[in-house]
Amino acid sequence: MNYAFDYGWLFEYWPVLAKGLAVTVELTLVGGVLGVALGVACAWARALGPSWLRPFVAAYVELIRNTPFLIQLFFIFFGLPALGLRMGELEAANLAMVVNLGAYGCEIIRAGIQATPKGQFEAGASLGMSRIQTFWHVVLVPALQRIWPALSSQIVIVMLGSAAVSQIATEDLTFAANFIQSRTFRAFEAYFVSTLIYLALAIALRQLLRGVGWTIFPRRGAAR
Amino acid sequence: MSDFTTWDIVRNLLLAARWTVLLSLVSFIGGSIVGALLLFIRTAKGRLGPAFVKAYVEVFQGTPLLMQLFLAFFGLGLFGIDVPAWLAAGLALILWSAAFLTEIWRGCVESVARGQWEASSSLGMGYVQQMRHVILPQALRVAIPPTVGFSVQVVKGTALTSIIGFVELSKAGTVVTNATFEPFKVYGLVALIYFCLCWPLSKSSQILERKLNVAHRNH
Repeated sequence: MNYAFDYGWLFEYWPVLAKGLAVTVELTLVGGVLGVALGVACAWARALGPSWLRPFVAAYVELIRNTPFLIQLFFIFFGLPALGLRMGELEAANLAMVVNLGAYGCEIIRAGIQATPKGQFEAGASLGMSRIQTFWHVVLVPALQRIWPALSSQIVIVMLGSAAVSQIATEDLTFAANFIQSRTFRAFEAYFVSTLIYLALAIALRQLLRGVGWTIFPRRGAAR
Repeated sequence: MSDFTTWDIVRNLLLAARWTVLLSLVSFIGGSIVGALLLFIRTAKGRLGPAFVKAYVEVFQGTPLLMQLFLAFFGLGLFGIDVPAWLAAGLALILWSAAFLTEIWRGCVESVARGQWEASSSLGMGYVQQMRHVILPQALRVAIPPTVGFSVQVVKGTALTSIIGFVELSKAGTVVTNATFEPFKVYGLVALIYFCLCWPLSKSSQILERKLNVAHRNH
């Protein structure tokens, strides 16, 4: 192997990497928050919602969980304009991430909801809580606390999976790596450095989500 | 320009899907072999071995599969090897699957009661004997449903190899779209084919989970 590694030139491209990183972080934030919200809504629909709604949600979950993210992305970005739904690459990337996380989140949150004993609903009702209050305080919050680690892992997986959005020219971290690669022909270094950034991002995100868990569930957290 | 009927599109996609299936099989089987080796190192006594596997899992689970594919594709090239896309794809997917399978199986091994290790060690068994006769037979029962479930991730993971130029179902979808200008139909069909590959695996994982969990039904 007669290849001299050279990382010095990377400094020249740090604004490109920084911008890519910012886009990846932004996609993760928006996708994470909206994806979890969609997951909660779908979990409610599957576990407690009206019976006509359940098969639709089930079909959505099965469809998304059994097809690759890349194809979902391509379908949204290239396929939906046929229905008159045209959107920019950032919107398409975000939509794909929300739809993807929503399906996985639904299954994870549903598992948490179904672990709630039936008597809890009755207990909530006997305290004079409305159905919505019961769902929020008695079912959802304890369920989220129970499944928070699994949900956190899924959010990290979706963040890492977002590398594919570079394929529809969303200018994320992977796009930045491809850009640098095409300018410098230093493929290995460009991808190696961006891989390290992703690793740092994954570790940071996991810590952040753990912190969020401690903040949202402080009372119960003390008992852990 | 020639006209494509729907049947032409489907036929081309199905032909390409063979490579998705083949690559999935290679990745899953190769990943299982490497993953089993890593599992032995991870659960053995000692410090260096388990720490290495831990770091390995952290790196492969904490970075995008796409980056791993790029690094395999361009990294092997540095050694002066002319890297065909299928080689980089196979290598990256095997190493990636191994990381996940090791971690899944470690959980299963750890679910076997501690006392089983002590009992077998008091019978004078060595580590390999303990694993072979006592721990693995019990862990296997727990391991089958999540392992089958993970095979779905492998099939979906192969879609990313289209980006480094391996011609499988996703790449064929892009190529056919460029020829037909019907992305809605083509990507819909591609999704449908992936679904037909993955859904039976997901379902059987769920069924196995219910079946193999008979002993714990009251929990």
